[in-house]
Amino acid sequence: MTLNAWVPLLVLCSSLVPGLLIFGLDESRVRLRTRLNLAGALTKLALVGVMLWGVAHGHTYEIRITFLPGLDLALRAGPLALLFLVLSSLLWLVTTIYAIGYLEGSPHRSRFFGFFSLCVTATVGVAMAADMLTFLLFYEMLTLATYPLVVHRGTEVARRAGQVYLAYTIGGGALMLLGIVWLYTLTGTLEFTPRGFVSELDSSHHPALILIFVFLITGLGVKAALIPLHAWLPMAMVAPAPVSALLHAVAVVKAGAFGIVRVVYEVFGVEFSALLGVMLPLAILAAATIIYGSLRAIFQDDLKRRLAFSTVSQVSYIVLGVAIASPIATVGGLVHLVHQGLMKITLFFCAGNLAETLGIHKVSEMNGVGRRMPWTMAAFTVAAFGMIGAPPVAGFITKWYLGLGALDAGQHWVLVVLAASSLLNAAYFLPILHAAWFREPPATWPEERDFGRRETARALLWPPLITALAAVLAGLFAAMPFSPLEWARFIAEQEFRRP
Amino acid sequence: MDTAVLIQSGLTAPILVPLIGALLAFVIRRWASPIGLLSVAALLGAVILQVPELIADGPQRLAVGGWGAPLGVDLYADGLSIAMLLMTAVVGLGISLYAAACFRGTPARGQAFWPLWLLLLTALNALFLSADIFNLYVTLEILGLSAVALTAIVGGADALVGAMRYLLVSLLGSLAYLLGVALLYHAYGTVDIALLAERIDAEPAAWAAMGLMSAGLMLKTALFPLHFWLPPAHASAAAPVSAALSALVVKGSFYLLVRFWVELFGEIAGGVATLLGLLGAAAILWGSIQALVQTRLKLLIAYSTVAQIGYLFLAFPLAVGSGIMAWSGVLYLALSHALAKAAMFLVAGNLLRFGGHDRIADLDRVVQRLPLSMAAFALAGVSIMGLPPSGGFVGKWLLLESALTQGRWGWAIVIILGGVLAATYVFKVVGYAFTQSENPHQAQPVPATMEWVAFALAVAAVLMGLIVSQPLALFEIGNPFRIRTELAAP
Amino acid sequence: MTPAVFYALTGLGLFVLGLHALIVHAHLLRKILAFNVMGSGVFLVLAGLAGRTPSGIPDPVPHAMVITGIVVAVAATALALSLMLRVAGATGSARLPDETER
Repeated sequence: MTLNAWVPLLVLCSSLVPGLLIFGLDESRVRLRTRLNLAGALTKLALVGVMLWGVAHGHTYEIRITFLPGLDLALRAGPLALLFLVLSSLLWLVTTIYAIGYLEGSPHRSRFFGFFSLCVTATVGVAMAADMLTFLLFYEMLTLATYPLVVHRGTEVARRAGQVYLAYTIGGGALMLLGIVWLYTLTGTLEFTPRGFVSELDSSHHPALILIFVFLITGLGVKAALIPLHAWLPMAMVAPAPVSALLHAVAVVKAGAFGIVRVVYEVFGVEFSALLGVMLPLAILAAATIIYGSLRAIFQDDLKRRLAFSTVSQVSYIVLGVAIASPIATVGGLVHLVHQGLMKITLFFCAGNLAETLGIHKVSEMNGVGRRMPWTMAAFTVAAFGMIGAPPVAGFITKWYLGLGALDAGQHWVLVVLAASSLLNAAYFLPILHAAWFREPPATWPEERDFGRRETARALLWPPLITALAAVLAGLFAAMPFSPLEWARFIAEQEFRRP
Repeated sequence: MDTAVLIQSGLTAPILVPLIGALLAFVIRRWASPIGLLSVAALLGAVILQVPELIADGPQRLAVGGWGAPLGVDLYADGLSIAMLLMTAVVGLGISLYAAACFRGTPARGQAFWPLWLLLLTALNALFLSADIFNLYVTLEILGLSAVALTAIVGGADALVGAMRYLLVSLLGSLAYLLGVALLYHAYGTVDIALLAERIDAEPAAWAAMGLMSAGLMLKTALFPLHFWLPPAHASAAAPVSAALSALVVKGSFYLLVRFWVELFGEIAGGVATLLGLLGAAAILWGSIQALVQTRLKLLIAYSTVAQIGYLFLAFPLAVGSGIMAWSGVLYLALSHALAKAAMFLVAGNLLRFGGHDRIADLDRVVQRLPLSMAAFALAGVSIMGLPPSGGFVGKWLLLESALTQGRWGWAIVIILGGVLAATYVFKVVGYAFTQSENPHQAQPVPATMEWVAFALAVAAVLMGLIVSQPLALFEIGNPFRIRTELAAP
Repeated sequence: MTPAVFYALTGLGLFVLGLHALIVHAHLLRKILAFNVMGSGVFLVLAGLAGRTPSGIPDPVPHAMVITGIVVAVAATALALSLMLRVAGATGSARLPDETER
């Protein structure tokens, strides 16, 4: 086994080991815990950086163990995996810093950070899984590791939200298991292969393959919050802000969306999926989710719930990009995996700051908040404009490529969906921005905490600023090597290359 | 000759070691607990020593006292029996360590516990090793009687009534089994399983014997709808006893059903397989739903056992078309269930000691007050639900694969549904462990050993999902499932 | 009908009779007695059929089984009786709680 084989395992361990150690730490060992967290996050980032460089230069990183005769558990870092890996390891670092600031002085932090690390472990596992079985393993681990974070506050509301969350995710996981075993009995392999591995099957199996596709997409759609499987997401908002940020920007919804990307490109293959006739329904479902999520978002007064419905809508851009089945739209969908992550995590950080600093939870309480917290709201504004799709923020790139791809594939109706969605995005973000910047602030905030001359704690302010900046840079320098866009192109070339 | 003697002592050790321990623990009461621990540790060592022997030389047969077939008193060990022995020894060691800590404050109960517990292990090991159906009757009776007595040692009306009902059921099962033995001996003139397998034929005597023996064993295994006695007995016993009953004792009678099925009845009554499978499916659904509505933790876990036993019976119909895969799956489920369910009952014991009750809705933030125990419960739950990576997942995967390869969707859906229901009842408990109770209570300290043992067993159940090829290879030693090679080859 | 078959059928009859009593009677002492009747039935079957050998010399193996069975039955009865006494002590009745006298 070469040295390269160990790197994926080390990436996994860089969050698993700190997580397990943190479980054993006493509540009061704040400094050691912080060090462990940051050391893990930085190690992971460095390792992922090494792999990014290596993959761009044609190295392979793969490790496998035998699970059952003829069936392996394997981790492999290919281009697609790295897209998600870079995103999750970067955002983990930022979110860890944020969470340390956010949870300062609150109880059960060892438990929180332990499960937080397990969550990230599961996420990078999902990213690097080289076959459906390994994917399922980490996908279910993600479910289990996020549950304690959802119910972290230990209230009755949190418990209920946790039950709903589980009902959806376990049900989805069960369907996926059924689909995976069925697939295995037909093909005898589960290994992700560029352009898929099922197209060789006899055409008499096509009805079965369509059903398997439905099972897998349903199981993944739960986490990706496709309608009608999205109801858990707004409910899970009871969790602390860093969890919302991580769940919605990186871990859970992205694992679902990423899984859909894997299934379409590397299990079925795009061309073959189009042949089966499953892509148009998927595109329509994604489009419906985009519109529905935006519509619901407009009517939410609770800020986090509004953001949650916005997530429902935005994650489906990824699915839409996949389902249009054209190379250019694929680039748009893949790049949105990163872009949406950067923008949405910024928004959730800002929402957490408002709640933590001023006690603001509702949109209607946000009048004039821009004057009290200019930096936070500046980051919020950048991210919101990105969501709407205004250049030069990253969201614009996504919509541009999705639109081009739709034209390329001759699916003009997608343009209407994109336009409508942008309008709706504006309809639920612009009033917030208007209120925050142009309305008079109230005499007192609901629950203000004093941070001296700064608008809020340093650990709370820097993360949203960094991620907002990253979102702008990803848009401005989209043409540079190693930008998310260029990497997405690199992947799309592989998935569409003719043999 | 020397090696032959060694092999002999090796094969009898799993029976003799706990038996001697039981007698010593009964006589020297003051030292019952160390004697017990030592015996079980020695037992584990003896069983582990058997494994390389078995891998090198294949299945072992030993004619005790030189009688030999057709009179019997033979011991026989193949992969299946060694797997069951290993399960018993490992889980038994965990339970013993737990019991030593658990009964420290109540020496009288401890003194009653150890001889009975070692006797139970003796009977169970003898059951896994015996090769004739009459000896099996004796082991079944000793197993049943010691299990009943163990159930009763906590005293109290619930436990005594549960034990009484358990005794009635157990005796009824044994007598039905014995009548079956009488009929078989009369018809074929032997009690040796291998000889019976050669002679048995599809005729009324064989049918009647099969019906009686299977019914008796199903009653003892608590297969739906004969499960009514299990929840009260398992839920009212002391924690280590509940763990032993649910994890090990029910597997004894199931093991016999599998053996008889593969060797004797499968050939003459293939159609009954579907019936057994249907009962298993009903057990999965009914047991899970009953578990879901329970308000007391120990009853929930006990009904979960009813459901998990149902899974074991799915192998009978599925093995018809896929052979070893279904059997391996079920065996994997049985082994990982033993680890996970023992862990769960031990956790329930910890919670009971900690809070003085086991009402699920009043668990009152145990997740931070007893984090290790709740972690054990959750990890054991992962295996019970069959989520990866865990022994339960491997078992369900193999069962699902064999069901879908044959296109038998009904069974596949039951397997999946049972997993979802299990997740629901496991997380019902976990959810309440996070919330604050309206009726707070005084917390009692729980010894660290009791927490760690439960945790270790749960971790073992999960690890079984990562180390798969070795157990699967072990199961196949001596071809216990009589897979014909031309069929077994892909 | 040979005597052997007669014994065997009588044994079966005893077994069924005991089973009936076990189900019908709620009092634990009667249930325990029912078990003993059932057990005797099985022993009778074993002993009775032992005579049916080609040579006419009774087969000794079933007798050994019956003796073993009797030992087991005695032990079981002893356990059952003592358990019954403790149940009666704890609940004030020698019946299982949810079963009424039928």
